[in-house]
Amino acid sequence: MTTADVAGLRGTRSRPGRTAVWIRPERVKELSLLGVIFVALLVFGFLVDDYFSGRIFNRVTTSVAITAVLAVAQTLVIVTRNIDLSVGSIVGVTAYLTGQFASSNPSASPAVAIAIAVGLGGLLGAINGVIVAYGRVPAIITTLGTLAIYRSWLISHGEGKTITADSLPSWVVDLPTRTAFSIGGLDIRVVFAVVVAIVVVLQVAMQRLRWGRRLYAIGSNPEAAAQAGLPTRRLVLGAFIACGALSGFAGFLFLSRFGNITVVAGQGLELDSVAAAVVGGVSVLGGSGTLFGAFLGAVLIDVLDQSLVRVPQVSEFWRNAILGALILAAVIADVVIGRRFRRRWSAEARPHTRVGDGSTDVPTEAPVLTGAPRGGEARDA
Amino acid sequence: MPERLRERSWEMLLAVILVGTIVYNATQSPVYLDVDNFVNLFRLSIEKVIVAVAMTFVIINGEIDLSVASVMAFAACVLAAAHESGVSFGLAIVIALVAAASAGFVQGLVVAKTGISSLVVTLAGLIGFRGAARVLLEDRSIGEFPDWFGDLGRADFLGPMPFALVLFLAMLVVGGVILHRTSFGRRVYVIGNNADVARFSGIDVPRVKLTLFTMSGLVAGVAGVLFAARLGSVRANIGEGFELDIITMVLLGGVSIFGGSGTLLGVALAICIVLNLRNGLGLANVEANTQTGVIGALLIVSVLAQNLLDRLPLRRREAEAEA
Repeated sequence: MTTADVAGLRGTRSRPGRTAVWIRPERVKELSLLGVIFVALLVFGFLVDDYFSGRIFNRVTTSVAITAVLAVAQTLVIVTRNIDLSVGSIVGVTAYLTGQFASSNPSASPAVAIAIAVGLGGLLGAINGVIVAYGRVPAIITTLGTLAIYRSWLISHGEGKTITADSLPSWVVDLPTRTAFSIGGLDIRVVFAVVVAIVVVLQVAMQRLRWGRRLYAIGSNPEAAAQAGLPTRRLVLGAFIACGALSGFAGFLFLSRFGNITVVAGQGLELDSVAAAVVGGVSVLGGSGTLFGAFLGAVLIDVLDQSLVRVPQVSEFWRNAILGALILAAVIADVVIGRRFRRRWSAEARPHTRVGDGSTDVPTEAPVLTGAPRGGEARDA
Repeated sequence: MPERLRERSWEMLLAVILVGTIVYNATQSPVYLDVDNFVNLFRLSIEKVIVAVAMTFVIINGEIDLSVASVMAFAACVLAAAHESGVSFGLAIVIALVAAASAGFVQGLVVAKTGISSLVVTLAGLIGFRGAARVLLEDRSIGEFPDWFGDLGRADFLGPMPFALVLFLAMLVVGGVILHRTSFGRRVYVIGNNADVARFSGIDVPRVKLTLFTMSGLVAGVAGVLFAARLGSVRANIGEGFELDIITMVLLGGVSIFGGSGTLLGVALAICIVLNLRNGLGLANVEANTQTGVIGALLIVSVLAQNLLDRLPLRRREAEAEA
């Protein structure tokens, strides 16, 4: 995660003639989210005896892996002003089918099993993407439909049978507890390290590569992106395929974490992924938000999830009530802080709007700082 | 007006699908055409179709309310908790409805005042009000409601129709008049088409949105109370996932997800199609989950078909002539 941060800061400093902007707005969001996570940890440290132990760290890092991958996957699509509500069903299908494959071919190599999960997820994502990009069916309708279709296919395919952990090869079941390396008594699980690597690589790609910048451009203003000659359809299709492939990978993680997979596996994860992205400062109106933010959003939700059950004063039934309030607080804070920031930021940035080479992301992101190009109308009223 | 043409032809298409479904079902089962069967169709999904009427307004207005199923459960749990604590049952119902309307009001206030996308606000509502329902009832199940309350959901009220069905039909008529025949209804469309234009025309956009979200919450509350009456007992997890079914019905009815177009007649037809299709597939021994998949496919194909139709040169010419 530090790599992404450094990359972002370096980008800010090396930009010519832009000394006035000392920090990028999305960095502010990420830093404040880090602050909130820190505060949450402190509060829980007060409330729960023996909170700061290796166990809670392990619990959070193992369970956040799945939602973090999904949050990042969802963000790739949301940034283009679309949404993928079918990720929960994709997780279910890939977890189940990969489980079937692994249990009937115990000698198959891990790479094959993971490739099947990712490939299958990518295929399901491609179906979504083709319907959205080439069929011009709104993403929310398409993925609402495929949410039901993928799931009902899985239920009729599975015929109520459950994949059991016993039938899986041991490398699958042991994966979640494998430790990559330890820092100061904290075990970093292989799964968590891989997920962090994925987030960092994709974050850098979204920030540095043309492909990533174009996804933001489409989300900021689809018509302008099309007029500028961007292959919008192909890019949106690509975003959906990437989202599906990542969801497939999350499906594999789901399989290895739970071992026992029923046909309803992963149900409701689509809402968790959207929630994590939104808490992480990703605008559902597209064009704004970072993968790193979405990752932090997933971490925050997971910290709450794993910690609330251990607070004696609060029953586990408070989980959703608090999560709902958190999402609302996050988006309202985003608007309030963003509004203040934008005023100052735009005043400083305006003379330089055109400065920079083509890869400079300021022009695309400046107008959508609060992420509400369409929602703006009601605000002034 | 091409928009008008589009809506009319959409309704025609839905009517054809509906007639086709009914004819096919009638050949499959002799009892299908009984009045009792039709009433029963509605009885089993009455809460969803009631909420679909309110959802139509919200989506035409260019917003969405994902929280309806959670608000239903919230209202039912408030009712149960109030009943349990010894409040008289009539008062408990009033409290539940006020709670549901307040839930809608709060969300509407955030949407109208901050301009945050309703998708996000009501996603928070979806999670939060389900959470509130859990806080109220935890993992208990509360029943033992008065007999007259259970009758609301089950007994015949008008002819063979239970109270909830009569209410739904009344809502359709009143809703249709409000949406298509009053200035408030026109404002809902104008805002959905272009909120900027609406504001510059002097329409109080936040107020209309606030009204619609409050109404959506209230209607979800009514549906939740009726659901409690039909089930006879309440748990915190009732109605989970209903929002997707409800939104599917509305979108299948030809209401644009981007707002500004659609009719209540279309939604009523779509409701009939979904209910009859499920019934027919059930008669043909298709499992419930496969039915859900079929309806999901129908949703995508219906919009896809419309997009393809729009590209046909004949239709384009017709639309131009009409314009």
